[in-house]
Amino acid sequence: MTLGGFLNQLLQMLLVALAAPLLMGWVNACRAWLQNKSAPSLLQPYRVLRKLLHKDAALAENASWLFRFAPYVIFGCMWLVAGIVPVVASELPFAAAADVIALVGVFAVARVFISLAAMDIGTAFGTLGARREMLIGALAEPALLIIFFNFALISQSTSLTTIVDTLAHREFALYPSLAFAAVAFVMVLLAENARVPVDNPATHLELTMVHEALILEYSARHLALIEWASAIKLFAYCAIGIACFAPWGIAQAGDWNALPLAVLAAVAKLMIAGAGLATLEAVSAKMRIFRVPEFVATAFMLAMLGLLLSYVFEV
Amino acid sequence: MPLSGQLINVLAAVMLLIAFAMLSQRRILSLIELFAWQGVVLAASTFIVAYTTGQGHLYISGVLTVALKVVALPWILFRLIHRLNIRWDVETLINIPTTMLIGIALVIFAFNLAQPISQMASTITRSTLGIAMACVLLSFLMMMTRRKAVPVVIGFLAMENGLFFAATSATYGMPMVVEFGIALDVLVGGFIFGIFFFQVRETFDSLDTRHMEKLRED
Amino acid sequence: MPAATASYLEVVIGIVLFWLAIGALGLLRPAHHGSSARLLYALGAVAGVALAAVALAAIGAPPQAVVLPLGLPDLPFHTRLDALSAFFLLVLGAAGAGISCYAAGYFSGAHGNGGNLTCLQYHWFLASMALVLIADDAYLFMVAWEAMALASYFLVTTDHHDPEIRKAGFLYLLIAHVGAISILLCFGVLQGGQGEYTFDAMRHAELSSRWATVAFMLALLGFGAKAGIVPLHVWLPEAHPAAPSPVSALLSGVMLKTAIYGLFRVTYDLLPSVHWEWGLLVLVIAVVTTLFGVLFALMQHDLKRLLAYHSVENIGIILIGFGLSLIYIGTGQPVLAVLGLIAALYHTLNHAIFKGLLFLGAGSVLKGAGLRDLGRMGGLIRVMPFTAFFFLIGALAISALPPLNGFVSEWLTFQAALLSPSLEHGVLRSIIPLAAAALALAGALTAMCFVKVFGVAFLGVPRSGEAIGGREASEWEQLGMGWLAVLCLVLGLAPVWMIGVMDPIALALLDYSPATIGMAAHWMWLTPVAPERASYSPLIFLAVIVAVVLAAFGLVRLLYHGRLRRTPAWDCGFPGLNARMQDTAEGFAQPIRQIFAPVYEVEAHHPDPFDRLPRYVAEVRDRFWSWLYFPIAGAATFLSRLIGRIQVGRVAVYLMYSFATIIFLLAFVR
Repeated sequence: MTLGGFLNQLLQMLLVALAAPLLMGWVNACRAWLQNKSAPSLLQPYRVLRKLLHKDAALAENASWLFRFAPYVIFGCMWLVAGIVPVVASELPFAAAADVIALVGVFAVARVFISLAAMDIGTAFGTLGARREMLIGALAEPALLIIFFNFALISQSTSLTTIVDTLAHREFALYPSLAFAAVAFVMVLLAENARVPVDNPATHLELTMVHEALILEYSARHLALIEWASAIKLFAYCAIGIACFAPWGIAQAGDWNALPLAVLAAVAKLMIAGAGLATLEAVSAKMRIFRVPEFVATAFMLAMLGLLLSYVFEV
Repeated sequence: MPLSGQLINVLAAVMLLIAFAMLSQRRILSLIELFAWQGVVLAASTFIVAYTTGQGHLYISGVLTVALKVVALPWILFRLIHRLNIRWDVETLINIPTTMLIGIALVIFAFNLAQPISQMASTITRSTLGIAMACVLLSFLMMMTRRKAVPVVIGFLAMENGLFFAATSATYGMPMVVEFGIALDVLVGGFIFGIFFFQVRETFDSLDTRHMEKLRED
Repeated sequence: MPAATASYLEVVIGIVLFWLAIGALGLLRPAHHGSSARLLYALGAVAGVALAAVALAAIGAPPQAVVLPLGLPDLPFHTRLDALSAFFLLVLGAAGAGISCYAAGYFSGAHGNGGNLTCLQYHWFLASMALVLIADDAYLFMVAWEAMALASYFLVTTDHHDPEIRKAGFLYLLIAHVGAISILLCFGVLQGGQGEYTFDAMRHAELSSRWATVAFMLALLGFGAKAGIVPLHVWLPEAHPAAPSPVSALLSGVMLKTAIYGLFRVTYDLLPSVHWEWGLLVLVIAVVTTLFGVLFALMQHDLKRLLAYHSVENIGIILIGFGLSLIYIGTGQPVLAVLGLIAALYHTLNHAIFKGLLFLGAGSVLKGAGLRDLGRMGGLIRVMPFTAFFFLIGALAISALPPLNGFVSEWLTFQAALLSPSLEHGVLRSIIPLAAAALALAGALTAMCFVKVFGVAFLGVPRSGEAIGGREASEWEQLGMGWLAVLCLVLGLAPVWMIGVMDPIALALLDYSPATIGMAAHWMWLTPVAPERASYSPLIFLAVIVAVVLAAFGLVRLLYHGRLRRTPAWDCGFPGLNARMQDTAEGFAQPIRQIFAPVYEVEAHHPDPFDRLPRYVAEVRDRFWSWLYFPIAGAATFLSRLIGRIQVGRVAVYLMYSFATIIFLLAFVR
């Protein structure tokens, strides 16, 4: 673990945490533009966080330690993800601490804790949200894992660093299985980040809400941490997608000369990804909640087909 | 592997993707659109094969594919459902995830069936044979699991797509005469199905194929 | 026998005798004398720790054999302690210590079933399991195996006044004996017609490929019945919940592992060669078992039954690793097989620990609140905080969440599955990723199931008076659970160390070891094959999360404030929140029931619309009963009726039967 690499690591973690709400703001702004609304400021998510942090926390009378502890764990998990996923540079020192399977595991930890916290108060909404979240997660998590297995079969590795290196720094080749993986990944991204066809973060409609139902009991700093964590989660998902499907221009850790270009590339790619996400959200309608398992199961099947395809083309 | 081979592989994968999308699609209009897209992909891959191998007649069959499967048949189908006023959702006999699971089993089966053949073949497209067979089987599955007549017909047409793809990938396409014959057959089949739809609806007042059970002599 | 220093094996035999003695003492002690029972169980726990320590040392030592001057004339009992035995003894000792410690608290209280007989059966159960693991001939193995089955049968039927429990016990005994017959036949095939029934003779027996397959099938059937593979799993969800909770923990945590041990012993050690087709069969069975177990676990609302179904699932996960390793051996790649074997062994140990912990937690809930039905629990975290905490650790571990132990073994299994591209065979290459996908799905569903369990049982608002008045577990019980919880954490954080411990097992069974293939090269990084391929470091993992949690906690308070006020829960403007507004266990899993509807046999009763007190009842049944067991039972009844006809009750007729038999024998057998 070189000092340069370590610095790079810390820098990235800080940068991701600080930039994540900006991406959220960008997606929201893009969506507003597409819907012919006047867009909120890009900095709106930061203002929300600041407002929440200033408020006094209101805690339900019967909340247990788990309820107060969960936001910190969720935030910690997401920050760990921010430290693993290559954004501007690959070969981060922490990246070796968790390969893609462990990455999926971190997301699972966060999901389990947020669901448990939602069930802690014992209101109808909390358990409803927990049930839906775990249901979507139960299907989306394996799908994500299988998507990563597609990469593992191509690069003979489950470590993100090696995957990115294989795809970014070697001879260009088309991988048909990745077409399937890409479609599946977008579907999982939408499902996991509570985006439109699956969940609408802008409404509190009990028939459809998932994420908002989970965090209904949270307020002030706890809510701020959770919102921040979900911003980092969206950022991390976008970064994973970019690193896996469009890794060109990424720098290696400690290579300070390549860094400015890599930062520019990363910003441009994230902006495109955010705009694409907003477009997807703008053109699709919210699904019935009963259709969601089918949606995620389809992602699972597609990822599995990708696996099968990668064997066919080896012949 | 040369770029053209990779492109063909990608297009084959997209073919399969579309076949699965059709399997999981609930709306008739989207189903027809998907069918048209499958035609586009098929034509594109035919053109690439034609270009790399220099087989002139493949250009003609590519053009034929575009004309027939991308333009003519979807147009006929659109007209049909417009005339019949049937824009409802497709009903499936088995729920969609289960259908997909069966589909995956079929894909494994097809791949393993095709593996020895592809190892023998020397064509640039040999590894796509398994996919072509999978497309055929998946279309068959779609025909079996749909209730209404229109999706069944689309399944039939998609199956023809798969067969055509198999022919291109295994032996660089069939002789021209055969291809023309098949194209004509498909077109005529489309018309016959159109007439058939009207007949079915006049007889049963619905396009649900379950009503055919009433034709059985008891 | 070298008298100067006692060998590891002698110590193990000593511990077995010690356990037997404790059992005998337990029978003699004055009845209803709580503290003496506590002492005996505590001594048993100390013996368990000692056993774990000895086993840990013995894994790395060369095999030792001792011939006991017991048994029939000319048929002395052979015992042997090698790396594989030692590993399973470690499982027994480590899990057994915590469970015995818990039992010291559990059986001594006023809970009733802490009788003298239970103490005897409990310790003899432990001793017979240890004997199974060190047996080196078929006789001792079968004697110990049957002793284990009987001891556990009596433990299962501790509450024998309940007819349901008697029925569960009978089912268990029946399937255990079908399995035992199969194992006996397997040994018969293995000895290859020489009449020598020591394992050593079996190792050297000349076995044709076909007979080897027969032996493997018999072993799979016999040990599978004990382990609970589908479709022989039906006894598990009946018998495990019927037993007192520490016994359930032993049954699920340890006894199932003796079956895994038997399977490993026969396959890797006694059989001359391995075919990949066996591996494929095991893999398919394992995948079905895994998914079946978790899907049915999700449907349960009886906490202990739910845990029993999860045992079925975890046996499946162990067998996925085993099947992968067989496939790799059979296709001539023993290097890769190491990964599968290690994954299977690691999961065996992990499951013993966390499943033991979960059953103990369920026992505390049963004892402290008198509840087994999730539908009456709720909010227990407030009345039994320690139990809740330990249960949470177990739940996170079984859900395969990093950085706990369950994740490590599933990670290794995934890595083993991802090595499949190096296989030649097309079908295998395409099926193995499907197994990985099934494992991923099972892991995620397990997480859902345990969110359900923990959320419904420990969180929320109490659903019944019992749940309000729950009492925290006693110190002994907490100590037992704490021991297992710490082990969960240690095994999760130090996988490299543990794999280093397991190194000699792989070396002995496959001639390759994790160290030779580059696993666990560095103390901090767990890597399969090579670091470029994958790496995982639970320590960094935990350190980052802990650091962030602390930093976030501190910074928020430093930069802003930590003010807090308690308010009633937000009722959305609809006053009168009550406990019935929460999801029930059934409600939580209902979407799964809908998605996987074809798997379940549901008997639902919908109330009449005019019913004043409507009740909706839905019962989920195991399809294997109607597919397999009822037909078999019907056929058996039919046959016995048929045979019953020759029974008329007149002595003369019976004499005639005997006479006819004699004439027949005289005429045809010369």
